Amino acid sequence: MVDLRELYQQVVLDHNRSPRNFRTIPDATRTVEGTNPLCGDQITLQVVLDGDVIQDIAFTGSGCAISQASASLMTAAVKGKRKTEAEALFRAFHAMVTGGPDSEPDTKVLGKLAALGGVRQFPARVKCANLAWHTLHEALQGSGDPVSTE
Amino acid sequence: MRDVATVRRDFPVLAGTANGKPLVYLDNAATSQKPRQVIEALTRFYTEENANIHRGVYELSQRATLAYERARANIQRFLNAADPHEIVFVRGATEAINLVATTMTRSRLRREDEIVVSAMEHHSNIVPWQIACELTGARLRVIPMNDAGELDLEALAALLNERTRLVAVTHVSNSLGTINPVRTIARMAHDAGVPVLVDGAQAAPHLPIDVQDLGADFYAISGHKMFGPTGIGVLYGRTELLDDLPPYQGGGEMIRSVTFEETTYAPLPAKFEAGTPHIAGAIGLGAAVDYIRHLSWDWIEQHEHDLLAYATEALTAIPGVRIIGTAREKAAVLSFVMDGIHAHDIGTILDQEGIAIRAGHHCTQPVMERLGVPATARASFAFYNTRAEVDALAQGVAKVREVFG
Repeated sequence: MVDLRELYQQVVLDHNRSPRNFRTIPDATRTVEGTNPLCGDQITLQVVLDGDVIQDIAFTGSGCAISQASASLMTAAVKGKRKTEAEALFRAFHAMVTGGPDSEPDTKVLGKLAALGGVRQFPARVKCANLAWHTLHEALQGSGDPVSTE
Repeated sequence: MRDVATVRRDFPVLAGTANGKPLVYLDNAATSQKPRQVIEALTRFYTEENANIHRGVYELSQRATLAYERARANIQRFLNAADPHEIVFVRGATEAINLVATTMTRSRLRREDEIVVSAMEHHSNIVPWQIACELTGARLRVIPMNDAGELDLEALAALLNERTRLVAVTHVSNSLGTINPVRTIARMAHDAGVPVLVDGAQAAPHLPIDVQDLGADFYAISGHKMFGPTGIGVLYGRTELLDDLPPYQGGGEMIRSVTFEETTYAPLPAKFEAGTPHIAGAIGLGAAVDYIRHLSWDWIEQHEHDLLAYATEALTAIPGVRIIGTAREKAAVLSFVMDGIHAHDIGTILDQEGIAIRAGHHCTQPVMERLGVPATARASFAFYNTRAEVDALAQGVAKVREVFG
């Protein structure tokens, strides 16, 4: 029996209710749309890059608590980081949410992001948690095309 | 007098569990559960009668043909069609609509023609017409709806003109539960000389259908939404209109004679049934229709009416819950939203209680946009649901509130 409190931890509920970096950046380096068509989660992610460093990052959007809290936690975690550091966090986060119920997340690397660890017991919600990260990946590496989790 | 406990014993899945709790299945608008009678009809066909149809000189094939054609006649009676050849077996309501859209594209649709759909259509009654418009230069027009989820018939009257080639509307909305006044819509369209296609996928499990009385020229249903198998559905079409359309797919079964110079097509309904059909599925759908008949529409409608009223009251009583879709005429479909809580989160928390509902846009994105909600949670009922399950739903929704604080 999985515990709902694992999924909806206080940190997650708090970031859902009062998302950090929830705003628009008029002069962003990159703006990328991310959608989760199945459930209608949607975010617009903006980054300001200074060379290799994510100088500023913000998002707007709507969707379930997991998608919105994940976007909020992500922006807080990668702000001021180098691209490579952000990508390393993405890999650790992805491993955590897709690792299955018995995996042990690397809390040292993940820090506050570990609050979303409960997602690994809810396979239907993995896409919600990953949406912001896939969108960030596109903003950092890709062509800036819209991202869809389908 | 039937009682729901006895009816439930016919549905093996309903005795199961989900997440360690007794299953409360409230996603019937997505697909319905199957009674033993349907499951046994499939098994019986494959164990005793399986052969290809319409071609065997041998007895087994004749039996299979007879069973398949009996199913057709059975569905003819279910819809009160005038002739069995007006019943075309397809994969589901989606294919039924695509059949009409595709064949109209190849025959009657021209640049500047207009197709009228409604604001509450499922994507399956929007996208085929958009494709048809793209290929022909025809235009899609939309009947608007009010905040309750009722169509604006005055607007329909204004939309109908000499360029209108078809009105395509849903009988029952899958996301709002609205029962549309199809008879009135058909009369208005016919007065303007326009035929009407009705998407009946959500109506067939809830209310008796009489295509002649409704004035439907085409009527689409899906087997799996009405207690039958997946992969089988029906397009009803009035003889005159079906005769007028070119074939849908080419292949075996749908021809009268083939040479490399010329092919002539078979009469209805074979003209639209190329290839070996889903024989077992059609027989299973026939069994589903028998099952509905045995319960009687009187009982089904009365029971579902009670469930809908009870559930509407129970959910409305929970602070922060808002019902989406408040039409005067509704089938037992209940969409709702909760203040500050996304439908997907509601779905996950209810799932932990063993309650299966749908969360999302329900393949009706224009409806969500029109009503200003990103998604809804939807509980959709069938005749086997109980007041106790509604109580479980209400308790589950209260728990959602608790988790989110």
